[in-house]
Amino acid sequence: MTQNNIDNIKDHAQLFHQDEYQELFANKKQFEGGHDPDLVAQTAEWTKTWEYREKNFAREALTVNPAKACQPLGAILAAVGFEGTLPFVHGSQGCVAYFRSYFTRHFKEPFSAVSSSMTEDAAVFGGLKNMVEGLAVSYNLYKPKMIAVCTTCMAEVIGDDLQAFIKTSKEEGSVPQDFPVPYAHTPSFVGSHITGYDNMIKGILSNLTEGKKQETTNGKLNLIPGFETYIGNLREIKRLASVMGIDYTLLADNSDYLDSPNNGKFNMYPGGTKLADAADSINAEATIAFQAYSTTKTREYIETEWKQKTYVTRPVGIRGTDEFLMKLSALTGKPIPQELEDERGRAVDALTDSQAWLHGKKVALYGDPDLVVGLVQFLLEVGAEPIHIVVTNSNEAFETELRALLDSSPFGAGATIWGGKDLWHLRSLLFTEPVDFFIGNSYGKYLWRDTHTPIVRIGYPIFDRHHLHRYATYGYQGTINLLNWIVNTILDELDRNTIIPAKTDISYDLIR
Amino acid sequence: MTPLESSTLEENSTVETKDAKELIQEVLQVYPDKAKKKREKHLNVYEEGKSDCGVKSNIKSVPGTMTTRGCAYAGSKGVVWGPVKDMIHISHGPVGCGYYSWSGRRNYYIGTTGIDTFGTMQFTSDFQERDIVFGGDKKLAKLITELEELFPLNRGISIQSECPIGLIGDDIEAVAKKSAKEIGKTVVPVRCEGFRGVSQSLGHHIANDAVRDWVFPQHDKEKKAGNIPEGTPYDVAIIGDYNIGGDAWSSRILLEEIGLRVVAQWSGDGTLHEMIKTPSVKLNLVHCYRSMNYISRHMEETYGIPWLEYNFFGPTKIAESLREIASKFDETIQAKAEEVIAKYQKQTDEVIAKYRPRLEGKTVALMVGGLRPRHVVPAFYDLGMKLIGTGYEFGHNDDYKRTTHYVEDGTLIYDDVSAYEFEQFVKELQPDLIASGIKEKYVFQKMALPFRQMHSWDYSGPYHGYDGFAIFARDMDLALNSPTWSLIGAPWKQIDE
Repeated sequence: MTQNNIDNIKDHAQLFHQDEYQELFANKKQFEGGHDPDLVAQTAEWTKTWEYREKNFAREALTVNPAKACQPLGAILAAVGFEGTLPFVHGSQGCVAYFRSYFTRHFKEPFSAVSSSMTEDAAVFGGLKNMVEGLAVSYNLYKPKMIAVCTTCMAEVIGDDLQAFIKTSKEEGSVPQDFPVPYAHTPSFVGSHITGYDNMIKGILSNLTEGKKQETTNGKLNLIPGFETYIGNLREIKRLASVMGIDYTLLADNSDYLDSPNNGKFNMYPGGTKLADAADSINAEATIAFQAYSTTKTREYIETEWKQKTYVTRPVGIRGTDEFLMKLSALTGKPIPQELEDERGRAVDALTDSQAWLHGKKVALYGDPDLVVGLVQFLLEVGAEPIHIVVTNSNEAFETELRALLDSSPFGAGATIWGGKDLWHLRSLLFTEPVDFFIGNSYGKYLWRDTHTPIVRIGYPIFDRHHLHRYATYGYQGTINLLNWIVNTILDELDRNTIIPAKTDISYDLIR
Repeated sequence: MTPLESSTLEENSTVETKDAKELIQEVLQVYPDKAKKKREKHLNVYEEGKSDCGVKSNIKSVPGTMTTRGCAYAGSKGVVWGPVKDMIHISHGPVGCGYYSWSGRRNYYIGTTGIDTFGTMQFTSDFQERDIVFGGDKKLAKLITELEELFPLNRGISIQSECPIGLIGDDIEAVAKKSAKEIGKTVVPVRCEGFRGVSQSLGHHIANDAVRDWVFPQHDKEKKAGNIPEGTPYDVAIIGDYNIGGDAWSSRILLEEIGLRVVAQWSGDGTLHEMIKTPSVKLNLVHCYRSMNYISRHMEETYGIPWLEYNFFGPTKIAESLREIASKFDETIQAKAEEVIAKYQKQTDEVIAKYRPRLEGKTVALMVGGLRPRHVVPAFYDLGMKLIGTGYEFGHNDDYKRTTHYVEDGTLIYDDVSAYEFEQFVKELQPDLIASGIKEKYVFQKMALPFRQMHSWDYSGPYHGYDGFAIFARDMDLALNSPTWSLIGAPWKQIDE
């Protein structure tokens, strides 16, 4: 009897540990044609060696456990930051099912997007018919204020032309002529999700701002978050700007969309940057982006087409936040209020309280380029030492920037930037050159299991822990969050390693 | 405290349930004419005595509807092949498909991941523009040699094609043959490009065909060489159980208890070796008919192996299935089946005694993939719950025919339901529980409706077998009777509304 206690029904986490199932597993082995357990153990040991590491780093064609997704994922995250906007992905329909699941699992929120559901006939004749029908249907069903179109690799390979297709669709009456249908080509075999974000933001802004240039500026600042998956960051940016008394337009603000109140009614389009505000962004004083490598083309477009100054600041850690606030102050002439200086003081106070536990700690980390730069800023200022930095969707400019940042601090001396590498490379690095902890998304848990290196979950996606995305990593308050997650992971690990009575528990301290 | 105490729900619950056919017509009004004509064939109300549900199915989704469907790649890599644990499945093409399907389905397995099993890993050729322009065959061949060097204990490789492969004219079959010779292992090319077919379903079929064409020849060869043992009269295979949350294990335990010898699991916790041996079993036991009827039929035609559909959701169907399975064997098995049913009676009675009073009369609306929209219904009935609507993401006509045995007169049927339709149906019918997928979950939870994911068991499970039923009952109860639903709606708003 395996569920022998009705008041303690066991699910997979316990059920299969019971004798009945352990016997079942043992018995099943005779049919599996598996390897000798000794060989498996030997092979597992071999994968921990320098020899294996060298083979692993010699691969040229194979990618194993990459830390990057594809363009349209970023594109639709950008799209839902705008008021009433329905992302429309032109191409095969399976991609959209994946994207929606992928955001929903992270944010635990609805995520609406449609596909033009192209199949074999569209592969032969092109997807124009699908676009014409898809725009009409989604416009009628979901009553959006804007439909933002991007592509899957299928549509890109067969060469569908979005501009022409949208024009024809409008002519055929799918949507009204004046209805905004911005677009971005987002081939998944170029760049990654951050490239798609960039392309879509640029596509939307160029559509909405067309003909909106005024003689004078509107006195506002444009703020572009980039591929941001921390709702707390968007709210923190808005709060800091408000405390500074700054008039701004967030391009775009998906914080309400991805964290909507439960009031018993489903709203498909909560919040978002007003289309009129986005259209007026062309008249702003300047644009600040919080990520560089997910906004490269957008900033170039703003500089050349809008003749507007653009800046990148990453408000991560104390100095990162200082830089952001000083930039705001410099651009607007408004002073940084005492309130924020006090916040700064409290965050610095927290860092000095915990510094002893962080100083000299060796760290590995992986993630998108901008996330990694921000985290390295923070790690260096608390005296932790980045060692292995893996960025699958790396680029040259990023590596140069990161190298300079590392070189600016003695704590950065031991770091290697592993551009274009994946998490199977990182596995070798963690075995051959161990570190005290590493930072990564939920996929990092497999590295935790294999190498026993403690993980601090920061990044995207985070599927196996709840609500972390609600917090900020930006600003002085975000600095405290980062500190909290990191230092308490270290202390938890210390407890875990000193918990055996009469053996290791001499150091199982009450006060740390 | 039930969700009905929430302010916002009270507002809706006063609406009288419309005639379901009228409701369908009303919901269709918003579609443009052409799309409306297409969609109305997929929506109907089941009438007692009819041989099907009166809906068309397995037809292209209407563009722009927000279908929940996936693609052929998802059906092949994500469903059929992915769980074969000792093979490496290459997501061949750009990085996304493999990334989004990485560890998404909880196909449990036993093994040392990265050494002798590879289920929760992502292997991809990460296509760049040059691969699209110049073709990816060389890269693929090289990649396979690298796999072999870094993962020497793999038992074989499958190449799961993403959209571009079929569009740029790559010859993955040639690469597979050549590489198989070089590494001396099975290499299976699968033409499951996402644009093929109308849903995951064609991917299942393509994946089944790939087993037939690239795995079974090895059985035939081994058989000729005399390397396939005769086996026992009780050899069976579990077909179409992906071991989500351990479902195949809580099923296998029952089959073994009644005296059968389970030689293979397809494909949850399965191995290549198990697949190769399967054409020597006496009976194939099919759980997910939709995704694996093709290979079952093939084994019947080619190897003369009969197959039998069974249903291990809920004690009524479990007992019925065990008896039917046993009836294909001798009296010893039949007697053991009765013993096993009797043995679990106490456990089942306790589950029902505890949970049925908490769930009795609650209504449920289902929308799942290709099997569960009918298969899980009896488990709800066992708990005293009622089904008011059901539909498949990618079912075919034979699924809707089979569904007639599970649903009552007046049940709303929706095929490939759009997000809009589903939301409208639910708003009108106000089921107590929605059982569907992750993309639907938070839409309905925002509407203050309890929800359970019926693809992934909402990270719980197993739900199959007697042990699984206890968990199923517990989970339905915790969803429906959570006090959190009663918090929705600010108390100072209740008077106004």
